[in-house]
Amino acid sequence: MAAIFQGVGAAAALSSSPSNSFDSKKFVSSPCRSFSVRKGASFAVVRSDGRVNLNPKGGRAQQLISNAVATKSDSAAAFSSSKPGHELLLFEALQEGLEEEMERDPRVCVMGEDVGHYGGSYKVTKGLAKKFGDLRVLDTPIAENSFTGMGIGAAMTGLRPVVEGMNMGFLLLAFNQISNNCGMLHYTSGGQFTIPIVIRGPGGVGRQLGAEHSQRLESYFQSIPGIQMVACSTPYNAKGLMKAAIRSENPVIFFEHVLLYNLKERIPDEDYICNLEEAEMVRPGEHVTILTYSRMRYHVMQAAKTLVNKGYDPEVIDIRSLKPFDLYTIGNSVKKTHRVLIVEECMRTGGIGASLIAAITENFNDYLDAPIMCLSSQDVPTPYAGTLEEVTVVQPAQIVTAVEQLCQ
Amino acid sequence: MALSRLASSSSSSSRFADLLKPLCSAISLRRPISTDTTPITVETSVPFTSHQCDTPSRSVQTNAKELLTFFRDMALMRRMEIAADSLYKAKLIRGFCHLYDGQEAVAVGMEAAITKKDCIITAYRDHCTFVARGGTLLEVFAELMGRQAGCSRGKGGSMHFYKKDSNFYGGHGIVGAQVPLGCGLAFAQKYSKDEAVTFALYGDGAANQGQLFEALNISALWDLPAILVCENNHYGMGTAEWRASKSPAYYKRGDYAPGLKVDGMDALAVKQACTFAKEHALKNGPIVSVNLPHQLEKTLVFFITHFSVYVNCVIFLMPKAHQATEYNTLLEYCACFKLFYILEMDTYRYHGHSMSDPGSTYRTRDEITGVRQERDPVERIRKLILSHDLATEKELKDIEKEIRKEVDDAIAQAKENPLPESSELFTNVYAKGLGVEVYHQNHGSEYTGGHERSFGADRKEANFISFDPTHTVKKPCENHETAEVERKSPAFTG
Repeated sequence: MAAIFQGVGAAAALSSSPSNSFDSKKFVSSPCRSFSVRKGASFAVVRSDGRVNLNPKGGRAQQLISNAVATKSDSAAAFSSSKPGHELLLFEALQEGLEEEMERDPRVCVMGEDVGHYGGSYKVTKGLAKKFGDLRVLDTPIAENSFTGMGIGAAMTGLRPVVEGMNMGFLLLAFNQISNNCGMLHYTSGGQFTIPIVIRGPGGVGRQLGAEHSQRLESYFQSIPGIQMVACSTPYNAKGLMKAAIRSENPVIFFEHVLLYNLKERIPDEDYICNLEEAEMVRPGEHVTILTYSRMRYHVMQAAKTLVNKGYDPEVIDIRSLKPFDLYTIGNSVKKTHRVLIVEECMRTGGIGASLIAAITENFNDYLDAPIMCLSSQDVPTPYAGTLEEVTVVQPAQIVTAVEQLCQ
Repeated sequence: MALSRLASSSSSSSRFADLLKPLCSAISLRRPISTDTTPITVETSVPFTSHQCDTPSRSVQTNAKELLTFFRDMALMRRMEIAADSLYKAKLIRGFCHLYDGQEAVAVGMEAAITKKDCIITAYRDHCTFVARGGTLLEVFAELMGRQAGCSRGKGGSMHFYKKDSNFYGGHGIVGAQVPLGCGLAFAQKYSKDEAVTFALYGDGAANQGQLFEALNISALWDLPAILVCENNHYGMGTAEWRASKSPAYYKRGDYAPGLKVDGMDALAVKQACTFAKEHALKNGPIVSVNLPHQLEKTLVFFITHFSVYVNCVIFLMPKAHQATEYNTLLEYCACFKLFYILEMDTYRYHGHSMSDPGSTYRTRDEITGVRQERDPVERIRKLILSHDLATEKELKDIEKEIRKEVDDAIAQAKENPLPESSELFTNVYAKGLGVEVYHQNHGSEYTGGHERSFGADRKEANFISFDPTHTVKKPCENHETAEVERKSPAFTG
């Protein structure tokens, strides 16, 4: 079927077991997804359970396709709306989102290394420079600290820059600007300035990229007050979250993953945005809540297949919003299943999982039947050797074992 | 004053009035000093030194009104900083307090050269720049004391003064971090075609920051209307500039960027330099050359601004352009088309780096008193006013008394002002609330830690409604409905 990680290597590289190839047919959930006709509104907010937030009274609950990969078999039944949607890769979805927002609002500009003439190191900004010109798609020199600062300064006056870090790890050089100026200026100025900036870039463990290029910055940024963090995982939510992030008045750090850029999915033709603070229900279940985000979502879904075979019914939630956590969705899930497993790519120490454990324990301790389990990456610099790198991140087999342990 | 009142009130005897008229007018010639705008030319104390460009003229055009405004503003700033000193010692101001006295001429001179459309961004020594941009004394003192009436609602403090409506962007604690922000402001000005410039101020200590050179590079590359102003008070906290910088000629550090060294204790020199810099930062056309036909002029300008490498060819082809008589060579003339500028203000601070620094361990008291006697900015303006006979000694003293009272009143008012409410802790973290602001009214100001409180963005209660007011509460059964639909599908059967 449609290859998932085109150009990033064989599907086998995803997990150790050869049988776990991504046969996307098996991932199709209820196929009907439709969007209400726009009644003058220019966009529809689609909730994670598929509800369209156009008219508060109406809007029957619509089902969202929660599979990550679109397939030919379900494309016919996928949409009951008039428009069939279009298929594209995740980086193209990001590009579409960016392009649409730049068309819609002349204040949106993109700055980063090689985003303009080169088209972006992951092709997310391809074609934008030709379309919008050099003043709106700016090639910066290799000076993260200052061009992030410049983006923030421009945002203070009302522009809406989208700053790209070629790799999230490089943004460590801009940490001062992100923490002190981006996050705190709204507060320290007593509300005078808003910083509607989007800082985006690919992060996460890739394919033997080495330690410095495999960092998970979400764990470092999560303490900064005043910023929002989101992590996209599918072309659908990538485009939706990108648009929402650009429209948001708050500074948003948008985490993409190096290995997810070539995911293919069919997304609607209409203008849509995803709620920045909401988690996505990937697979409802009864036995255990599995919280995950970004690339680990796919490892979890792979493990879910095995788990279902073994008779378990996991509820998989892609938390998407890393700051603030969507404790509403998470809480409801915990109240239902009473067991929580967190699967993340961050390091064990001080990662998103660690904060999530604290948040859930603080708020929902009474509903838990078992201690929360958290599967994270090892507290080591990511090694270069392929086998070692595999062991650094959580693999589906570990997830299966963890669920079995949890559900005893 | 009494005579004029007499003259105006006497309507009975016209002859008496006629007699008094010349007398009154003789006196009134000196009276309306504050509105006199006849130009006065003053020479700056020290000539300008330049790097890669020409220097502005030493003769500055000013008038009585402006000089008196300078005096008033600088005296106000001086008084305000001294008062802040006392308030800090009285423990009403806590934390960091960086005082600007001695450097007032930079703030006042710059303000006189620009409009409120131009942006200013500076570091933490920002009290006087804030006032120069239109901030009130109450806002200053209230913010310093952490009260609600402060410019940042008491949540910023001494290092975070901002005034958005007059384009004053602060107020930044981290040394040098404001320079990239300033270049971002300039970028936004260019993007929106504002026809305004940004002055990004930093100190001699910050001049060694890498991000400064990064920002300089980008600004020069993208032709941003940014002017970097180094307020060189010769000490980076306790480290003298010769101990911190290999090259103390900060105005030359731009390399390809033109630079100008200015006497920062002379408000008129500062004004002249800032006018010069702004003019050149915004200039799109040649300064002179009426002899060139318009189209040729435009072509010349285009070539010079975009292909300065080829300038020599242009000179060769266009001998007529040599009409630029102000400049020795056409190259220097062309260099002034560079949109980018560095201004180094040679200034001095009387206080230490901050209130916790006595200021005398790394420099001698003689040095401080020497500068105060010879270069004090307020004294210079006072002498100018007196020498040009624009006001009497007494009048100036009256102004100072007035200022003192103003400052005392503002302090009293600020002291009365309440401290922020505890609910203010969570406001303005995010724009539009996002659930961080407490929605539960019953918690009051107690830090009870009860489970109704929201501690932060991610500590929402499960039944908490998100910030979207139209969001309806999700009932658990709705999720089950969807779950049912899910189950019926053939998915997940493995």
